[in-house]
Amino acid sequence: MSANAKTYGLLAQFDTAAGIFEAAIQVRDAGYRKWDVFTPFPIHGMDDAMGLKNSKVGYFTFCGGFTGFFSGMTMIWFMNKFDYGLVVGGKPLFTPLFAFPVSYELTILLGAFATLGGMLALNRLPKLYNPLFKSERFKKATDDKFFICIEATDPKFAEARAVLEKAGAAAIELVED
Amino acid sequence: MANAASIPVAAAPKGKQHDPHAAPPKIVAIDPPQEFVREPLVLNGRSLAWLTERIAGVCEGKMPLWWWPAFIVSAGLMTLMFSLVGYLVSTGVGVWGLNNPADWAWDITNFVFWIGIGHAGTLISAVLFLLRQKWRTSINRAAEAMTLIAVACAGIFPVVHTGRVWFALMPGYLIPAPNANYIWPQFRSPLLWDVFAVSTYGTVSLLFWYVGLIPDLATLRDRAKNKVRGFFYGLFALGWTGSNRHWSNYEKAYMIFAGLSTPLVLSVHSIVSFDFAVSNVPGWHTTIFPPYFVAGAIFSGFGMVLTLMVPMRTIFKLEDIITTRHVELMCKVILATGSIVGYAYGMEFFIAWYGGSPYELYAFKNRAFGPYWWAYWSMITCNVISPHLFWFKWCRTNMVFVFFVSIVVNIGMWFERFVIIVTSLHRDYLPASWGYFTPTWVDVFTFVGSFGLFLTLFLLFIRFLPAIAISEVKGVTPQADPHHPLGGAKGGHH
Repeated sequence: MSANAKTYGLLAQFDTAAGIFEAAIQVRDAGYRKWDVFTPFPIHGMDDAMGLKNSKVGYFTFCGGFTGFFSGMTMIWFMNKFDYGLVVGGKPLFTPLFAFPVSYELTILLGAFATLGGMLALNRLPKLYNPLFKSERFKKATDDKFFICIEATDPKFAEARAVLEKAGAAAIELVED
Repeated sequence: MANAASIPVAAAPKGKQHDPHAAPPKIVAIDPPQEFVREPLVLNGRSLAWLTERIAGVCEGKMPLWWWPAFIVSAGLMTLMFSLVGYLVSTGVGVWGLNNPADWAWDITNFVFWIGIGHAGTLISAVLFLLRQKWRTSINRAAEAMTLIAVACAGIFPVVHTGRVWFALMPGYLIPAPNANYIWPQFRSPLLWDVFAVSTYGTVSLLFWYVGLIPDLATLRDRAKNKVRGFFYGLFALGWTGSNRHWSNYEKAYMIFAGLSTPLVLSVHSIVSFDFAVSNVPGWHTTIFPPYFVAGAIFSGFGMVLTLMVPMRTIFKLEDIITTRHVELMCKVILATGSIVGYAYGMEFFIAWYGGSPYELYAFKNRAFGPYWWAYWSMITCNVISPHLFWFKWCRTNMVFVFFVSIVVNIGMWFERFVIIVTSLHRDYLPASWGYFTPTWVDVFTFVGSFGLFLTLFLLFIRFLPAIAISEVKGVTPQADPHHPLGGAKGGHH
C-alpha cells in the first residue's frame, strides 16, 4: 500500500447466488448509485435486484439493420440500374424483389456488427486496466464466487462497510486505484 | 371440502337423462400433483468450481498423447489440399474430372456439404436459445466452432472452382465493384446472393461465437499460470469482469444475436438452394428446394456435431456435462430432420410425375435407375433408413452406435449433394450432349484434404479455447438459481 494510492472502492465477497442476490437488494435499498455486482454467470433477476433498466443494445441493432437494408437496396439500384444498366434475361433493371436477398443479408450483417459494437460501447469495453484486477480474491469472480463493489466516489461510501457486513459478506477488502 | 357434496355435477353420465334428484357422485380429493422436477443438465451435482476446473482444464493442461499424431496427420492432409489447389490454379480446372454436361461436380458438392454442416452450430446456438432449450449450453461452443471451420472449408471450393481464382476475387465478379469494362456485378443472379449469404453467415457466426467466448476468456485469463497465456486471454477478454451492468447488456446482445442468426441460417441454405432452383435444369428447378436444403443441412450438421462430440466427451471426461441425455436429444433432432429429408425425396418424385414434365420425370428416373443408381441408393440408405434407427432408445444411448450412425449421416448427405448436382447435369435436354462424370485423383484428394483443414482447426480449437461454454453451463445449474436451496436460498425450493 503506497501512501499516495487512492481508494477505488470496497469489495465484498459472497459465496452463494442467493447471498449475492439478497445483498444486492439491500445495497440498492440503501440508496447506493456507484456500485456493481460481479458474478461468474448472469443471475436471473439480478437486474431487478440492482434496479437496472432494460439494456439499450437493441437501438444499436435497429440502426445497424436499417442502414444495412437501405444501403443494400441503394447499392443494387445504383449498380444495376443507375450507373450501368445491363439487361439480363429480359428482367427489370431494378426491383426490390431481386434486391431483397442481398439487402436482407446486409441487414443482418450490419445489425450484428452494431449489436457487438453497441454492447461493447455501453459496457465501456475494451478496458484492459481495472483496479479490481489487483485483488487476488477477485480472480474468483470468473470462477465460483460473487462480489459487490461499492465505489469510493459514491456519496454514501462512508457507511458502505457496515451495509456490506450486514448483508452477510464473507470477506471485505479495500481496493486501491 | 365441507361443502363439496353440494356442488352440482355439470356433466351427466353418458346415455342417461340427467336426474336432479339422484345423489351426486362422490367427490374424491386428489393430492396436489408432484412438482415437476427437471432432469439435471449437469450430472452428479457438480460444483461451479468443478465445472471451471474440468472445462478450462482441457485447454490448459497438456493434450493427451494422441493429439500430436492426430494434428500432424490433419495438418498433412490440409497441406495436401492447399498443394492441390495450387496445382489446380497453376494448371487449370482440367485437373478435375469436370466435363461439358457436368460442369459442376465434386467442387460444388463439397461446398454445399461443408456449408450444410455449419448449420447445426447456428441452430444450436441461436434457434435452441430462442426456444429456451437449456441443454444447448453444453454443446453450443464446440458446435459454433464447427460452424466457423466448416464455413472456412466451404468457402474454398466456390472460389477455386472458377479456375482462375484471381478473376473470382477481382472487382466485378464476387466483389461489388466495377470490372475493367465498368460493368458491375449483376444482382439478379442467385450466385451473387450466395456470396453475400455465405460471407454474412461466416462473419455473423464469428461475431456470435466471439461474444459467447468473452466471459470464458476472462475465466482463462484469471486462471492463467504464465504471462503469455494471461496476456493473450486477457487481451481477447477485453477486460471482462463479470459486472452485472455488463451482463445486462451482454445478455441482451446475445439474445439479439440469436434473433439475427435464426433468420440468417434459414436464409443461407435457402439461397444456396436457389443456386440450383432458379436455374431451369430438370431435377433442380423445384420449389421444394429451400426447406428441403435447410432440413438436410441441419440433419448433416447434427451428424457432424455427434461425430465430434461423442469422442470428445469420452476423451476429455466431460460425460457429466455432455450427458447421455444430450446425445439422445441430438439423435432426436437427426430423426426429425432425417424424416423431413426422406419426405422431401418422396415429394420430389411425386411432383416429377404429377408435374407432367417429361424432362423432370426423366431426370428423376435417371437418378434412381440411371448410371448413378449406386449414388442414389447409397443416399437413400444413409439418409432415409439410418436415422429411423433412432426411434429405439438403445440406438440413441449406445455411444459407439451413435458415432457410427453419425458417420453414415455424413456420408449420406455428401451423396445427396452429389446426386442432386451430378445426376441432374450429366443428362439434360439434348441426348447428344450427355456424359458421365468420373472424379480424378485431384478431385478425391482435394476433398479428403478439406477434412484435414477441418480437423486441424478443430484440434487447435480444443487445444486453446474452452470447448464448452463455461459461464453458460454454470448458469443452468441449480447453484446458479438464487431461489434454489443449492443456490443458497433459505426456506426450501421456491
